[in-house]
Amino acid sequence: MSTTEAPTTSGNGFVGRRMKRKEDPRLITGRASYTDDIVLPGMLHAAVVRSPEAHARITSIDVEAAKQRPGVHAVLTAADLQMESGLPMAWVPPGVDVNAPEHWPLAKEVVKHVGDAVAVVVGDDRYAVVDAAEDVIVEYEPLPVVTDPEAALQEGSPLVHPDFGSNKVHEWTLGGGDIEAGFAEADVIVERRVENHRTSGAPIEPRAVVADYKAGALTMWSSTQVPHFLRLFLALMLGQNEERIRVIAPEVGGGFGAKLQIYAEEPLLALCSKATGRPVKWVETRSEHMMVSHHGRDQIATMRMGFKRDGTLTAIHAKIVADFGAYLMLLTPTIPSLGAFVMSGVYRCPAVQTDITGVFTNKVSTDAIRGAGRPEASHMIEATMDQAAQELGIDRLELRRRNFIPKEDFPHETALGIVYDSGDYDGALDLLLRRFDHDAFKQEQEAARREGRYLGVGFSTYTEICGLAPSRVTGPSGFGLQTGLWESAMVRVHLSGAVTVYTGTSPHGQGHETGFAQIVADRLGVDPQQVEVMHGDTSTGPQGLGTYGSRSLSVGGEAIVKATEKVIDKIKKVVAHELEAAPEDVELQDGRFAIKGSPDKGMTLAEASGAAYIPENLPEGMEPGLEETAFYDPSNFVFPFGAHACVVEVDPETGKIDVRRYVAIDDCGPAINPLLIDGQVHGGIVHAIGQALYERIAYDENGQLVTGTFADYALPSAADVPSFETDRTETPSPTTSMGVKGVGEAGTIAATPAVLNAVVDALRPLGVDYIQMPLSPMRVWETIQQAKGQTTAGGAA
Amino acid sequence: MIPAEFEYVAPASVEEALSALAEGGEDAKILAGGHSLIPLMKLRLAAPTLLVDLRKVDGLRGIRRENGDFRIGAMTTHYEVQGEQALGLAAAAAGTIADPQVRYRGTLGGTLAHGDPASDLPAILLAAEGSVTLQGAGGTREVAAADFFVDYLTTAVGEDEILTEIRLPALEGYGFGYEKFNRRQEDWAMVAVGALVRKGPDGTCEDVRVGLTHMAGTPLRATGVEDALRGQPLDATRIEAASALAAEGTSPPADLNASADYKRHLAQVLCRRALEKAAA
Repeated sequence: MSTTEAPTTSGNGFVGRRMKRKEDPRLITGRASYTDDIVLPGMLHAAVVRSPEAHARITSIDVEAAKQRPGVHAVLTAADLQMESGLPMAWVPPGVDVNAPEHWPLAKEVVKHVGDAVAVVVGDDRYAVVDAAEDVIVEYEPLPVVTDPEAALQEGSPLVHPDFGSNKVHEWTLGGGDIEAGFAEADVIVERRVENHRTSGAPIEPRAVVADYKAGALTMWSSTQVPHFLRLFLALMLGQNEERIRVIAPEVGGGFGAKLQIYAEEPLLALCSKATGRPVKWVETRSEHMMVSHHGRDQIATMRMGFKRDGTLTAIHAKIVADFGAYLMLLTPTIPSLGAFVMSGVYRCPAVQTDITGVFTNKVSTDAIRGAGRPEASHMIEATMDQAAQELGIDRLELRRRNFIPKEDFPHETALGIVYDSGDYDGALDLLLRRFDHDAFKQEQEAARREGRYLGVGFSTYTEICGLAPSRVTGPSGFGLQTGLWESAMVRVHLSGAVTVYTGTSPHGQGHETGFAQIVADRLGVDPQQVEVMHGDTSTGPQGLGTYGSRSLSVGGEAIVKATEKVIDKIKKVVAHELEAAPEDVELQDGRFAIKGSPDKGMTLAEASGAAYIPENLPEGMEPGLEETAFYDPSNFVFPFGAHACVVEVDPETGKIDVRRYVAIDDCGPAINPLLIDGQVHGGIVHAIGQALYERIAYDENGQLVTGTFADYALPSAADVPSFETDRTETPSPTTSMGVKGVGEAGTIAATPAVLNAVVDALRPLGVDYIQMPLSPMRVWETIQQAKGQTTAGGAA
Repeated sequence: MIPAEFEYVAPASVEEALSALAEGGEDAKILAGGHSLIPLMKLRLAAPTLLVDLRKVDGLRGIRRENGDFRIGAMTTHYEVQGEQALGLAAAAAGTIADPQVRYRGTLGGTLAHGDPASDLPAILLAAEGSVTLQGAGGTREVAAADFFVDYLTTAVGEDEILTEIRLPALEGYGFGYEKFNRRQEDWAMVAVGALVRKGPDGTCEDVRVGLTHMAGTPLRATGVEDALRGQPLDATRIEAASALAAEGTSPPADLNASADYKRHLAQVLCRRALEKAAA
């Protein structure tokens, strides 16, 4: 960051430092333990038999040959499942009808997408169970398939769930302000069809589960983002008392939302362990991940924005058809709503409306993937803003500035009734333009065009909604999630002064052990190396809710602050008692809890904690020990924002796009650790460049997945992206005590329109004004050919 | 991602490998670097019952000059080919294969025997008019590149034969250009064009060879381009006109990311660019 990196909260200065991650030594030396590293005595292995058909009636299943194989202990089908309830969907919105089908870990009677699980084979050897799974003979009677969500809504379409009489899951309108008046007031209405195509989360570590059922208690290791939710839902599905279930998320190698889920294999492995009396492991293959771990996006939107001639935004209307796939999983139908919450982006707009239609198709379910609804919205908004600037004849950045919510208007209530906490959108854009010389670029662009080279710059000014979530807004009587979304923490100071922090969040690559240690160390006057952060085990700390929705710092971190403050209150009383002062006169100075005005009189944390564990040292009536628990339910979401610029060169002969430069200004409030922020921003931008240029989950018309491996699913690598230039502004949130906001999804939310707008800027001289993602070379080349008014047939060298 | 059960042997000589192959029957396969075969096995698209690994066989690795040719052992890695700058076009093409990890393991003999038309080196062998040595129980035979690539994933290597050596003419005095088009850095070629040009003292084209990758089920020579350019001055106009013939006689396989028309167009563009480099 160009400005100072001085600590931003009072304390010993560890907050705000660019500390290297405490997690990394064990991760980069191969000493970390992932679920697949768990080996238990007598452990068996499971392989899942999956449907090769996208939609078919199961006419018979013959498991005998598989059972006869040496080393096979059990083969389970749907008939063997003893469950109280099926896989969960957690959303019951008041006043909205949602068609929610049953969803069992193994299909009963009918399979509804390729990969739908039909049987599971359990045996001694990990390889042999895969061979045995091939011996399970399933006969299918194919049924008609629908994969296109718009076709699925047509009369006469094949039905994924005939009982509902339609493929429509739900319809929901979220709006505020007078939308008709808004468009009536507009001089120019810009309309654009925007497709946010289907993608995979594709973490490096695929999913994995180990289940060990013994003496009536279940222990499960799972590569999940939500161990506490998993314990709860295992209890509900299996009819098992929750206290007899322990879920552990050990090292988790990335999630990106794909592990914010309750998957079939989790209850299934518990049942396999119960059936065999042995621990059982299942590790997802990459092919299985692409096929059955939930996908993201897959929305088709019609975006309309109304403007006055001077550029003033008067109305935004988005119509979204969201492809939910065959079943509704944990949060499937809620995803488009998250985008609807911020459909006016960083702009003042008196009327905003989003109409959402959810659709069943014979594909795997969609659900949260990094950004979850907000990347779709930002793409719709920012792509359409560029087109509006073109049609209005107003500079793109000037049009944005004219509509920015000014910084003095925060907290700002949008037309929808969402209250943005804080923002300085001009400030972020100003800093971007200090780091990226737009005028110099325009000259370079002109010079390049004279040589027949096509350079372009694209901008994206974004905000998003994260820090899930204020329970009063998202809970049963509000948005309709059947849970609260608070977070918990426990801070334990040991007798020696060492500190253990238990968090209910569940990291999978973010760096919680470092950032949270910095927060606690800063307040307790110790080194972060002395603070151990424990997570991901339902038996070691209080009930928690996991990591997703950029919530861990702004919700989980705030819970840690609350618990730490309670610990400090007690330390002050102990120190005051020992040193014969008033508790309110004790303060942290240079690593000691010292008496105001008498800095030579004080105690270190170790001295104070030592005293706290010896009751004779304590004031009358005080309990011994030094640990506190806190639960924190936020009063509002947080709204990070920023301004990004992307520079591309497009080869007009081949359509290939080279991302030459990427400058990102992000504001997530005061930094706890700028290095962790950079890591999140880099990863987020790569994720978005992946969506914009490379990645796409594709099914053919028969519902067969045609991008089932990394050879076909073009996940970019470091060799495909530029180095990123990052910088920050720091606008505190009034909602959080630390002023912090989330940053885990910001890059992904910001970047797809920056890439698109850069490509369009490069190609406008050729008549191109929009291209649907992913901007594959062929698609870009074909668009150029169409814009030139030429046919694409026969080549045009 | 988990292959079917198979047996594995790692013999110490070509002769032992040949007997293992013969004993293993029709479902025995030679394993070289494994970067084509093992992924197919993990996807269960291939299920050999026996793998005969050549990694312990002496004398199958290395690059030497002999008369006007390079003789390259079949187990020589892409990384070693890339590092031998005297190989010119072959070294340039090998340097574009996938990523360093793949180049350290993948072998020249393996990629040629596998016969994937999207791989880089088959079209180079074809353009260079090289050949391969196949050793069987009854002796060895040399097969010219033009006769070697039979069909998609099908080459002239018999079930009882092992590809042991590659002969690549040195082609001194030829300039070269390699243009590979793919979506990601490590992808197979959507289309690639390798060009070799020998310029006369007056700047005319004395000889030209153009190899096409992934424009059919096998690698191809762009003979139309070669005929149009041979004996002609190597100026931009003639190169462009000749390159317009690059897709003649091809039948490019289409996929999700590239239609046949797009690939034909790419072949023309890449051919021009490769020729410009080769003629520079």
